[in-house]
Amino acid sequence: MAEKIFMKGCEAVSESAIRAGCRFFAGYPITPQNEVPEYFARRMPSVKGVFIQGESEVASANMVYGAAASGVRCMTSSSSCGISLKSEAISFMAGARLPVVLANFQRGGPGIGTIQPAQQDYNQATKASGNGGFRMLVLSPSDLQEAVDMTYRAFDLADKYQNPVMLLLDGFTGAMMEPVILPEAKTDEELDAIRATKTYATTGKKGGKQHKVICGPGLDTRVSQEEMNRRDAKMYEGWETDEIDYEEFLIDDAELILTAYGITGRIAKSAVKLLRAEGYKVGLIRPRTIYPFSKVAFDNLDYGKIRGILSAEMAIPEQFSTDVKTAVCGRTKVETALSSGGNILDRGYIIEQAKKLYGDK
Amino acid sequence: MEKIYSRASGIFEGAVSGFCPGCMHSTICKIVTQVIDELNMTDHTCFIQGVGCCGLSITYLDMDTISAPHGRACAIASAFKRCAPETLVFTYQGDGDLASIGLAETISAANRGENFTVIFVNNGTYGMTGGQMAPTTLVGTKTTTSPYGRDPGEHGYPIHMCELLSQLSAPAYIARVTCADVPNVRKAKAAVKKAFEYQLAGKGFSFVEFVTNCPTNWGMSPLETLDYVRDTVLNEFPLGEFRAK
Amino acid sequence: MEKSIIVAGFGGQGVMVIGQLFSYTACETTDKYVTFFPSYGAEQRGGTANCYVVISDEPVGAPKVEKVDYLVVLNEPSMQRFKDAVLPGGTLFINSTIVKNVPDRDDINIVHVDAGNIAQELGNPKCMNLVMAGAVIGESEILPADNVLQTAFKKLGAKRPEMNPINEKAFNRGLAIGKAAKKQ
Repeated sequence: MAEKIFMKGCEAVSESAIRAGCRFFAGYPITPQNEVPEYFARRMPSVKGVFIQGESEVASANMVYGAAASGVRCMTSSSSCGISLKSEAISFMAGARLPVVLANFQRGGPGIGTIQPAQQDYNQATKASGNGGFRMLVLSPSDLQEAVDMTYRAFDLADKYQNPVMLLLDGFTGAMMEPVILPEAKTDEELDAIRATKTYATTGKKGGKQHKVICGPGLDTRVSQEEMNRRDAKMYEGWETDEIDYEEFLIDDAELILTAYGITGRIAKSAVKLLRAEGYKVGLIRPRTIYPFSKVAFDNLDYGKIRGILSAEMAIPEQFSTDVKTAVCGRTKVETALSSGGNILDRGYIIEQAKKLYGDK
Repeated sequence: MEKIYSRASGIFEGAVSGFCPGCMHSTICKIVTQVIDELNMTDHTCFIQGVGCCGLSITYLDMDTISAPHGRACAIASAFKRCAPETLVFTYQGDGDLASIGLAETISAANRGENFTVIFVNNGTYGMTGGQMAPTTLVGTKTTTSPYGRDPGEHGYPIHMCELLSQLSAPAYIARVTCADVPNVRKAKAAVKKAFEYQLAGKGFSFVEFVTNCPTNWGMSPLETLDYVRDTVLNEFPLGEFRAK
Repeated sequence: MEKSIIVAGFGGQGVMVIGQLFSYTACETTDKYVTFFPSYGAEQRGGTANCYVVISDEPVGAPKVEKVDYLVVLNEPSMQRFKDAVLPGGTLFINSTIVKNVPDRDDINIVHVDAGNIAQELGNPKCMNLVMAGAVIGESEILPADNVLQTAFKKLGAKRPEMNPINEKAFNRGLAIGKAAKKQ
């Protein structure tokens, strides 16, 4: 078995990306994800990859647009207000259907917020990371092993759908250290083979009859915008059956469900364990893919025996919890446990709120 | 019979450009595609088109194309060229795109000495959107957003991109040309060729500015615009090679 | 079993080194799960610094908790901030060389470690953090002492092997203080 390595979140994500074959990274300094561009800057020369410190988030994201158009696996990362600046290019890449991996190590907001961790970009990530109504698969890990595995997988998903994929993390996950087992590094031969499949890359006609154009709906004169929008909508719909991924924990006899994603998901899970130890019949639903939303997990619950659902997130006002309420659709009571301002949700507070909602044992 | 002239292979057969009558965009596209043919690179070229009238070239140029967000062509070109160094890469941008919204991207790519070529089409106005004031609009000129004329006290002065970029150490080639008359078209073509040759030799950032016209938004006939370029605009934007490393 | 630790002091005192030393030891020499979370003040130098370490037989749920089993306090401001963060039955380790205000609690074990002076005596004030690390291990036994020491050699000795002997002495002095302070 591969060796356990004690790594910082930002660096574990970066190393996993390189092992997945990321050979272009552009970024711009913003706390709390500076260790990501720093890691790529140190590491890229050894894999003959390219690192550029862009002049802004806007430029960095557009650089990734250019790199993706050349057919290499590529990535950019930022935090919250930096992602807002990248949203222009994200929308263009979704419009042009380019595979790219984006990471958001969320900090507080709105605006510059604080540099402390938060989960206040859920709506931005899952509903509109730019204009035009495009969608991306959004993955959110709870621990660093999951972050490593999701990062690695994100590159495959991006290529599979020729579409941006976002990793939604937070400043806490970026800064914390935890043992991880890193995936195998893709070989140069494997990466060449992957690049060779990218026939859309605009590296010259090379004797081909038709030239290739990378652009969004509307500019391509060969297909109408509506046709392209319909094609993309069909792909998004397919994700609802193919790409939903969530963890269920002690659901079968549960009378109260805790639900949370990302860093809050692991805290909620340990709250479930502690509540169980006290005799409360509590279970957990933890979406790993947060777009599309794990509605099916809530549809599968036996509402006859459920007293309520407690949704926890580091966002005020709620964002994720609104999707939970929509999924539950009034079948049971949904309460929230929220924090913001850089305050990691305290497990004790989650337990307290859960007991309140649970009532008598 | 000897064939003495043919359409450049980088222009679609039977293509009708979307450019207005008398607009020099067509001439610039022709020059650029002819040079690329002469270098035998048409099948190995990627052009990154800016937003505005430059974007109309998408229906005109038969080469691999990336359509950039407004102002970001130089960022895209930087990354693309680094990931595909064997491809000839050029951006095709107007003054609003390159010198206003994309100023940071332009200067930063130049300052890094990125090995691609910029074709900068400076006609002193936002043509596509209907003739608003551009960063290169001459003092006193009336536009839809400077209806009383460009006033230095309020709007500042025209921005000189060649001179600005010449302050940087990294760029390899910087030149300003025009297509206002035949001798200048020849000079312009020579400058474009030099810029691409610099890129193929790996020398770094090359930049060719075309001082050009916009009959539609200037409210002049095509011939009047050419006179105006020669007699007035070139006084503000002098021609020449600013850098040839 | 899950044990949580906060180490708090100011930047430059080796706060993170203590936390990372325990974390690397747990990761590389045991089968335990471990998380390390650093928290810095806004200042680049001289600000407050603290870190959270959780070592557990099961995957760690909450890497940052309000109340911990062990609190290591290296300076006075950290004492003010964290003095209520020790769980009943837990232990408070104090760098008593500079921390004078001690909370009046009889539900926790309070271990006074004259770490600053011991380090001075050993000839390098910087090894104060290893004295404290030794004390924590001696009292808590959360990790095998020898594993911690070997990890210190591996990590701290990588760049400065000449520091190994003094680091070992510092760690062992702390270890003895920790063992002696164990509640019977």
